Amino acid sequence: MQQDALFEYLLRLGDNTLVLGHRVSEWCGHAPALEEDIALANVALDLIGQTQLWLGLAGEVEGTGRSADYLAMLRDVWDFRNVLLVEQPNGDFGQTIMRQFLFDLWHVLVLDALQASSNTQVAEIAEKALKEARYHLERSSDTVIGLGDGTVESHDRMQAALDLLWPYIGEFFEPDAIDLAAQENGVGPDLSRLEAAYREQLDRVLKQACLTAPTDFFAHKGGKTGFRHSEHLGHLLTQMQWLQRAYPGASW
Amino acid sequence: MYAQMVKSTGQGVKDPSEMTDQERAFQERIDRGDRIEPKDWMPEHYRKTLIRQIGQHAHSEIVGQLPEGNWITRAPTLERKAILLAKVQDEAGHGLYLYCAAETLGVSRDQLTEDLLSGKMKYSSIFNYPTLNWADMGAVGWLVDGAAIMNQVPLQRTSYGPYARAMVRICKEESFHQRQGYDIMMKMAKGTPAQKNMAQDALNRTWFPALMMFGPSDAESVHSAQSMAWKIKMNSNDELRQKFVNETVPQAEFLGLTVPDPDCKWNEEKGGYDFSEPDWSEFFDVIKGNGPCNTERLAARNKAWDDGKWVRDGLMAHAEKKEARRVAAE
Repeated sequence: MQQDALFEYLLRLGDNTLVLGHRVSEWCGHAPALEEDIALANVALDLIGQTQLWLGLAGEVEGTGRSADYLAMLRDVWDFRNVLLVEQPNGDFGQTIMRQFLFDLWHVLVLDALQASSNTQVAEIAEKALKEARYHLERSSDTVIGLGDGTVESHDRMQAALDLLWPYIGEFFEPDAIDLAAQENGVGPDLSRLEAAYREQLDRVLKQACLTAPTDFFAHKGGKTGFRHSEHLGHLLTQMQWLQRAYPGASW
Repeated sequence: MYAQMVKSTGQGVKDPSEMTDQERAFQERIDRGDRIEPKDWMPEHYRKTLIRQIGQHAHSEIVGQLPEGNWITRAPTLERKAILLAKVQDEAGHGLYLYCAAETLGVSRDQLTEDLLSGKMKYSSIFNYPTLNWADMGAVGWLVDGAAIMNQVPLQRTSYGPYARAMVRICKEESFHQRQGYDIMMKMAKGTPAQKNMAQDALNRTWFPALMMFGPSDAESVHSAQSMAWKIKMNSNDELRQKFVNETVPQAEFLGLTVPDPDCKWNEEKGGYDFSEPDWSEFFDVIKGNGPCNTERLAARNKAWDDGKWVRDGLMAHAEKKEARRVAAE
């Protein structure tokens, strides 16, 4: 795989975990129960750890000396390659956990496939991250089921969260030149095959959660290509990157 | 400290001759160094005092997430962000062990939570101060966790078994917290002029509130004397404060920072530092609810609890439905 395409591919993996990890970390100290505070912090921590590995490797592949921190803290919106789903605001706890579930389901499938990557460094990171992602998925799907099949209010809030986030699923599976190059070189998986598995597992969980999948398959896109992020990402970066921007060159 | 000015009987320590046989046997067990376990007989005041103390400690861990949570989304590097997340997660975990320890005394976590949210129960004064620059994350770890350790290490030997055991786990994590705080301070103090300013500013604002954590002098306090006789308080406030100053001042010097107290000087004769008393009127203002962040802290906890009600109710309803389905299937 061409070096610049591989770099882009790794940014996608690392920016997804970075942006979602950041979003989840916004909950710290404000969750509905102590156990949820601990669990959310744990998920955020895992995602930030994975970011260090993916962006670290991206920096190595790029070969210009940019570190994981540099890539996280000193790129602007248009250079980010995360899917639009993960930059969506936390909303209520239902939106946060639905976003997590929709991401975890994809994350487990993609990491599982990446374990067989022709790039051994990618395969090694995927193997490590998969263990964490499986646990995240178990927890987020259980919580989606619990709240979907809970009270009338919790059900309605979960349905609203699903309806809101539904148009962001499609971007995962829309292959572009980078995805196809990864697939051709055996670095990454065939996205269309992942989609079938994703939809099947999604249906299973939604059924248990008494939730109804919208029938419209419209998909927002522009996140993973960087062409058009949502307005939310800029605000997230403003906060995340503030110290590095305000005090350039300092060591922390 | 994480539990400040905890009231006990208010009547001073009873002379053995005034005790019932049961009370005397209980005090003898404590004097021998036995651990009291949840099912053992204990004086009602011992139980109530412990609930207040452990509850206040637990609440401090929970509210204590907020001043540090304030910087998680602005941590300057991925590693710092991960460390801070891990630390705040530990604190939530400490809250959980402590609520569990309190539950063994016959009070529910929900009851304790309600009492925190209504303002009936207190949490440590220190968490009512704002964290204003990144070096505050260093100062909190170094000074606040440092002060907490002074008190918590001896509490590993406290008379109540579940509390002592919770403290063993907590102390392991607190010492990591203190080290990471000092590590941030080192980076800042040895960094750019702006970073050094942040470090000094954080020390200036945190020093006296950290000294206040130990509470006012309790040499004359009847509550304190009773708690010490029961071994649920192991050292006097002044003793711990002195120990803290003795350990901390050389660390500040090593950082090249100045403790904001011109009267802080080594006293050869006593083998410790002389230092100024904190402003105790400020301390009592904070305890009464007039600290710089009391309103925000309590509002944040109330909002989290109120906004989370539908989640807790939903998950409970689901658990009940699941159980009903299981029974029906049998």
